[in-house]
Amino acid sequence: MLTIGMGVLLILIGYFLGLAFDSAIAGLVIAILVWVVLSLVAYFQGDSILLSMSRAKKIGPDDHPRLYNVVEEMKIASGLEKMPDIYIIDDPALNAFATGRDPTRASVAITSGLLQKLNRDELQGVIGHEISHVKNRDVLLMAMCSILLGTIVLLAWYGSRLLFFGGMTGSRRSSSRGGGGQGQIIVLLVALVFMILAPIFAQLIYFAISRKREYLADASSALYTRYPEGLASALEKLANSTEQLKSANKATAPMYIVNPFRQKGLKASDLTSTHPPLSERIRILRAMAGASFNDYDQAYRQVQGGKGVIPAASLAAATVPIATIRLEGEAGELNEIQRARETSDVMWRLGNYNTITCDCGAKLRVPPNFKEPSIKCPHCGRTHQI
Amino acid sequence: MIPGIIVGVIVVVIGLFLWANYNGLVRLRNQVKNAWAQIDVQLKRRYDLIPNLVETVKGYMKHERETLEAVTKARNLAQQVSSAGAGERAKAEGELSSALSRLLVVVERYPDLKANQNFLALQEELTSTENKISFSRQFYNDSVLKFNNKTHMFPSNVVASMFGFKASEFFEVTLAAEREAPKVSFTQ
Repeated sequence: MLTIGMGVLLILIGYFLGLAFDSAIAGLVIAILVWVVLSLVAYFQGDSILLSMSRAKKIGPDDHPRLYNVVEEMKIASGLEKMPDIYIIDDPALNAFATGRDPTRASVAITSGLLQKLNRDELQGVIGHEISHVKNRDVLLMAMCSILLGTIVLLAWYGSRLLFFGGMTGSRRSSSRGGGGQGQIIVLLVALVFMILAPIFAQLIYFAISRKREYLADASSALYTRYPEGLASALEKLANSTEQLKSANKATAPMYIVNPFRQKGLKASDLTSTHPPLSERIRILRAMAGASFNDYDQAYRQVQGGKGVIPAASLAAATVPIATIRLEGEAGELNEIQRARETSDVMWRLGNYNTITCDCGAKLRVPPNFKEPSIKCPHCGRTHQI
Repeated sequence: MIPGIIVGVIVVVIGLFLWANYNGLVRLRNQVKNAWAQIDVQLKRRYDLIPNLVETVKGYMKHERETLEAVTKARNLAQQVSSAGAGERAKAEGELSSALSRLLVVVERYPDLKANQNFLALQEELTSTENKISFSRQFYNDSVLKFNNKTHMFPSNVVASMFGFKASEFFEVTLAAEREAPKVSFTQ
């Protein structure tokens, strides 16, 4: 519904832009053409552009077994047909995102910072959230919406420049053709007002769509894991972080688990734009009586008041109990320091560094272009063969 | 002329109704089948992991012969009934799950074992496999619920009985076994 609204906005801006320059159809055609070209690029190249821009490194099952297993668990719980590719971004900021145009060609990425902060249940909640973006096809939806928004902003910007610099000559030309001078001015005025308002409205609609999909992804994550507390406690950790992601992309902000563009020093929970406030998301998750969409909807109404957020078609009658007994318990759970070591080992290995553990306990990271046949431990002086 | 058109419209509407419902039923039945296959994959994975686990643990646990034997026995039994129906199978698998969790509780008493890299890797695999089993069971049961609702509810039940779609069996792990599974805490 909101998506259609944005499309209408794009068509209107193209129309008025064209009208202001004597050819409404040309304006329309340009608007749609720009949109189509941008969409095609995003559709075929979007995920690889995004992943290479964020310098994400792809991992296999042996690089980080726990992460790989958790993604596979969520893939099974959501009934996704194909295992998504998994990437790690070497960044101390806490964030994660999903990308890919359809469920058979999807990727999830997580920052190394988040990976070492979260325990298994929390990781499951976050990955469940990302997998449900894939499963609900949010990636494609939000990409199309953000391109729509981008096109509207672009056209409005160029339109206002053209009106400003070319408007005078244009109107003189048409008034010299005789008649319609008054009408021309009205059209110009409408076009001008539109050019100012359209980007603002488009932005607001875009944010509204994005927030809705976030709520749905939270609800899906709770349903897949049967354990809303996992995601809630992960979000709490995210809320307390002030670290900013270095390589975030404005167009894909809705795909991240928390908004990557918060001002320095501000806590993640203070900003509302593409994501609902974290404190609110946490409160809803904690207010859930069961793990189904119905329970999420009820919790939402209890916290927010008013109508629910889950589309009526997805609401099933049944409530699903929350898993209280976790079979695996905390068996073999690593603490945060161990997780940090584990993650940094993975990052060095992905950078083709050779890690040698010396008997004195020191870890030597040997760079890939190191040519010598042996290396001396700087700590205790033992010599190691490479 | 006009009666002919009316009859034609009715035939088309009935045809569309049959078509949509039949395809919906087939899609759900396939989903149930796939979900069942997924459970199977994970259960097999667990059968493969257990001998490895027992082998690794044996050297450290001199005094836990009974616990280890119980795990091995439960595994073999579960593997034997693996071609049986969902109900019988679920019971055997539930027993295996609780035997395994008893073993993981006992591990608590062996700090050397918990420092063993090999064991830690195995434990991660086992934990994850247990999770995958319960998630695939969860997805299977959700699919079965959807499919059974469609075969029982009007109007799709008419189509279901016409083409012989039968309701599927849920995969329920016996509640007693599930309740027995203790919350294991490995943090010191």
